[in-house]
Amino acid sequence: MSGEERKIPAPPVNPETQPFWDGTAAGKLLIKRCAACGEKHYYPRAICPFCGSDRTEWLEVSGRGVVYSYSVFRRAPIPYAIAYVTLDEGPTMMTNIVDCDLDTIRIGQPVRVAFKPTDGPPVPMFSPTSKA
Amino acid sequence: MTIKGKAYITGVYEHPTRKADDKSLAQLHAEVAKGALGDAGLTKNDVDGYFCAGDAPGLGGLSMVDYMGLKVRHIDTTETGGSSYVIHVAHAAQAIAAGKCNVALITLAGRPRAEGVATGTAPRNYGAAAPDVAFEFPFGPTVVNQYAMAAMRHMHQYGTTSAQLAWIKVAASHHAQHNPHALLREVVTVEEVVASPMVADPLHRLDCCVITDGGGAIVVTKPEIAKSLKRPAVRVLGAGEAVKHQMGGKIDLTYSGAVWSGPAAFAEAGVRPSDIKYVSIYDSFTITVLITLEDLGFCPKGQGGKFVSDGNLISGAGKLPFNTDGGGLCNNHPANRGGLTKVVEAVRQLRGEAHPNVQVKSCDVALAHGTGGSLGTRHGSATLIMERE
Repeated sequence: MSGEERKIPAPPVNPETQPFWDGTAAGKLLIKRCAACGEKHYYPRAICPFCGSDRTEWLEVSGRGVVYSYSVFRRAPIPYAIAYVTLDEGPTMMTNIVDCDLDTIRIGQPVRVAFKPTDGPPVPMFSPTSKA
Repeated sequence: MTIKGKAYITGVYEHPTRKADDKSLAQLHAEVAKGALGDAGLTKNDVDGYFCAGDAPGLGGLSMVDYMGLKVRHIDTTETGGSSYVIHVAHAAQAIAAGKCNVALITLAGRPRAEGVATGTAPRNYGAAAPDVAFEFPFGPTVVNQYAMAAMRHMHQYGTTSAQLAWIKVAASHHAQHNPHALLREVVTVEEVVASPMVADPLHRLDCCVITDGGGAIVVTKPEIAKSLKRPAVRVLGAGEAVKHQMGGKIDLTYSGAVWSGPAAFAEAGVRPSDIKYVSIYDSFTITVLITLEDLGFCPKGQGGKFVSDGNLISGAGKLPFNTDGGGLCNNHPANRGGLTKVVEAVRQLRGEAHPNVQVKSCDVALAHGTGGSLGTRHGSATLIMERE
């Protein structure tokens, strides 16, 4: 782990996604669930991408999941790990794996959400829950 | 309605430049247009349909039709990244079949090297209004680390190795040595590929395509015009297009949209993978080729690593010669968009005009495939099957 931190760009917020970012500011990870078809989705949308219903609702999730895939970007001034994490609740989301030795990240590894600051709202990253 | 036999590719051109410090972007578009029309034996005054994508300057099609002084009755600016131009050939055939134009011109050009763009290694941001940007851009998605995640998952699920991926670059380099315009003409070995610097695990520097300036153009005409021209006739047999995305979070990075565009193209063409003598496969990265070959049905899913190994993609040595110009991995990836040059080399093969050392014998049916955007997030897939008449 480097003492120097990578500068994380602030996510642009709009009325459709404001509740998600209010959630991260409060330490909560929210996804969307459709009241019509029951499917959960990510990234969150007003209209369900599965059935087209507008009856989508915010759902707070556990913040636990496993690494679906990842890649350590070695060319960056400060190397970082981009990843997809599959949440225990189902959807898979893009994120970074942080607060660990990047060389120990593995597919299938259990991880837990860790909110990291930006110049805007904090963003949901993940860190391993057990030593690899 | 089918496009089978309704249109012919009569002109192709690949700009010889790989670094265009001394040319404007509009000029490059016009130069490749002139080149392809000259190849066909036509002039700009014959063009009545124009096709371009996001690389065209200004207001895209409007700016370029104005610059080149065209008079068109059909225009199509379908934008699916680097796969756009493969789709344009299919859309041109559809427009010709519907009587909307007779001579369709497709152009691509760009100068990322002259402009010093960090093409693959800077996180891409398509603007705050892109619905995905807030949920992706903070995490540093670059072109290369997105494709790398697809490679990592394929390795995990199917046991694919870096050495197997390296064979794709090795095959491309064997072809590029014969192409005087190729940016990288040196033959490389599997060992050299896997020993090259790691860019984004598990993709090494030599798993990545080149960055080049230049471009290319294609002319598609109705059959009557094609038959009046002197060039060998290349007939459009079938095409398929698809968009694959994150499916609301049901993400599977081990396959591409070729699982949909491929079968559609084969069905329309009335041929099978075993009928294809030559393939141009979009090769932004080695993993792009491997996944695409599986998805098009050239080998079973998960067996791509074995399929590409031991020189199987090398013309004259292997069973499925691919990218005989050196492809994006060695020759040219103009404007960071490789779809157009894929069609150009397939047409050269069908005409018997590829370099003699890589020309496929009796090359009567060929396939070109484009992948635009990112295997790691969302991409367009376009498959085109052509035959020599």
